[in-house]
Amino acid sequence: MLSDKDRIFTNLYGFEGPDLASAKARGDWDGTRFLLARGRDKIIEEMKNSGLRGRGGAGFPTGLKWSFMPKESDGRPSYLVVNADESEPGTCKDRDMMRHEPHKLIEGCLVAGYAMNAIAAYIYVRGEFYHEAMAVQRAIDEAYEANLIGKNACGSGYDFDVYLHRGAGAYICGEETALLESLEGKKGQPRLKPPFPANAGLYGCPTTVNNVETIAVGPTILRRGASWFASIGRENNTGTKVFCISGHVEHPCNVEEAMSIPLRELIDRHAGGVRGGWDNLLAVIPGGSSVPCLPKQICDNQLMDFDALRDAQSGLGTAAVIVMDKSTDIVAAISRLSHFYKHESCGQCTPCREGTGWMWRVMERLIDGRAEIEEIDLLEQVSRQVEGHTICALGDAAAWPVQGLIRHFRPELERRILERKKQAA
Amino acid sequence: MSARDFAPDDLQPETFAFSDETMTAARTHIAKYPPGRQQSAVIPLLDLAQRQHGGWLPKAAIVYVAELLEIPDIRAFEVATFYTMFNLAPVGRHFVQVCRTTPCWLRGSDDLTHACQKHLGVGLGETTDDGEFTVIEVECLGACVNAPMVQINDDFYEDLSAEKMVELLDALKAGREVKMGSQDPRRQTSAPATGPTTLVATGEV
Repeated sequence: MLSDKDRIFTNLYGFEGPDLASAKARGDWDGTRFLLARGRDKIIEEMKNSGLRGRGGAGFPTGLKWSFMPKESDGRPSYLVVNADESEPGTCKDRDMMRHEPHKLIEGCLVAGYAMNAIAAYIYVRGEFYHEAMAVQRAIDEAYEANLIGKNACGSGYDFDVYLHRGAGAYICGEETALLESLEGKKGQPRLKPPFPANAGLYGCPTTVNNVETIAVGPTILRRGASWFASIGRENNTGTKVFCISGHVEHPCNVEEAMSIPLRELIDRHAGGVRGGWDNLLAVIPGGSSVPCLPKQICDNQLMDFDALRDAQSGLGTAAVIVMDKSTDIVAAISRLSHFYKHESCGQCTPCREGTGWMWRVMERLIDGRAEIEEIDLLEQVSRQVEGHTICALGDAAAWPVQGLIRHFRPELERRILERKKQAA
Repeated sequence: MSARDFAPDDLQPETFAFSDETMTAARTHIAKYPPGRQQSAVIPLLDLAQRQHGGWLPKAAIVYVAELLEIPDIRAFEVATFYTMFNLAPVGRHFVQVCRTTPCWLRGSDDLTHACQKHLGVGLGETTDDGEFTVIEVECLGACVNAPMVQINDDFYEDLSAEKMVELLDALKAGREVKMGSQDPRRQTSAPATGPTTLVATGEV
C-alpha cells in the first residue's frame, strides 16, 4: 500500500481549504521559479524519466507528448489545453482535484506550459461541474494576484496566462480534437488526425491537450524527482493514481494508490470490500465505462495498471472501478452504457451514429431474451464494424463494453434467449 | 445523439438583450480569447443568456449572442442545439436532473426517478403545474462514488435514497435551506462513509 508521505493529493477529500495559503502549506508553489529555471529540456527529460503516462484514459507517455511541441515558434503561439471535461461514467477524480486541490492544477499548468513554450493554458471544465469551475477560477484569481501566473510568472521572466472555459454537457468534448472544436465555439465534433494538435490544434496553433491529473502531478514529480515517481508501481506503469471505486462496494470512494495495486486489495482496503463479500462479486469494469468488463475469476488476481489490464483484454482507462455484485443484471448494466454512447455520439460518422443506436436496441432485447441465438454473433460482428471505423474513439468505446459482455457472459445471454423460447412454447 | 425541439412560437419572446450586469460578464469571457477568435465565447455567452432568461434559451437569445459575437446565426444555433445543457424550452424553477448511467443505476437511480415522478406527479420531461419542478433523466454527471445523485440547477445532491429525495424536493419547495453534496451525514465528499483509509495524518506532509 502507498504510504501517506508518497501521496500527491494530500487534500483529495477537502478536509483542508483549497485556497492559496492552505495550498502553500501543503507544499504547492514551493520554489516553482527554480523548477522553471531548470529549463525546458530538463523538465521534459525529468517527465520522461518519471514514466508518467497520461491519466485521461489513453496512457500516452506525457514527457514524450510534451516533446512533440515545437521548440522554436514559427510565428504562431503554442497552447496548453487542460481536459477537465471529466465525463467517463465511473470517473470523478478530476472533480476532487479541481474543488480541493486547484492550485496543484494551476501550478502544473505553469510548469507544463513553460516546458512546451506555451503562451497560455485553457482549462476546459465540463459544464455540469459549476462549483468545481468556480473553485478553479478562484485559484486562478489568487494565482494572478500573487504574481504566480501572468506577466513574469513566479519571477521567472516568463509570461503565462491561465483561462477557465466551461463546456455545456457533451461527453464527446473529452475527446481532444472535439474539445478543441468546442473551445473554438463550435459543435464538439472530432477532427481527423493528422494533423495532430501538436502541429495544428487550438486556432490552428501547436497545442497539447492533457488531463487534469496528468498536469496536476507534474510539479510534485519535478520536486521529488523522476526516480521517486518511477519507484512506485511496475515498470512502464509507474507512479500514483487516483482510483474511483463505485457500484456494489460497502463504501464507494476515491483514493490515491500506487499504480499496479491488485484490484482486490484496492477494493477491500479502501472501499470496505464487495457488498456481501468477495465471493459475491459478479464482474468489474476496471477503467471507466469504455473498457470491457472482467468476470470475477479474472478479478481475483488482477493488477491495476495499463499493461496488466491490456493483457486481460480490458484497460486501465481512467481507473474508474465499477463493481457489480451477483444481484446485478449484467445485460441491463451494459445496455445502460450502450444507451449512454447512443446519447453521446456526436453524429458525425455513420458507423457510430447508427451503430450505437442499433447496438442499444439489440441490447435492450437481450435483457429479457427477445432475440435469436444468432443475434449474439451478429451483435459482435456489428460492434467490430463500428470499432475502428470512426474518426474518434467513441465508436470503439461503444463497442468494447458489448464485446466484453459477449466474451465473458455469452452463456448468460444464451440462457435468457432459450428460457424465453421455452416459456413461449 | 439527442434531438431536442425548440419551444413553440407562442412562448418565444420577440426580442432579447443582455442586462448591463450580464454584458459585463460577457465582456470578461470574450477577453479570454485572442482577437478575431470571439466565437470561442459562444458557449459561455449562451450560458449567461440562459441564466438571465430563467433557465432556458429562446431563439431570440441565440440570435442576440450570434450578433454580439459577429458570427452567423446558424453557428450559434448549432451550438445551442448540440450541447444538452442548453434548454430550448422552459423548465421549472428547480430543474431536477437524475443521473441514470450505470454507476448510479447500480445504486438505485431508478428509485430516485420514480420518487420524483410520484411525489411531484409528473412524467420525465414534464414540469409541475406550479412551475416549480421539471424532472429529467440525464447521462453520467461525474459523481459516481457518491451515487445515486441528482443535479438541481447548479448543485449536486449525492448519496440519495428515495426518502431523502422526497425530503429534498419538499425542502426546496418550501424554500428551506438545503445542503449541497453528500446527503450521508457520515461522509466527507468522496471519502469512504466510514472515514478515510488514507491521509489520516494530513498536515504532517
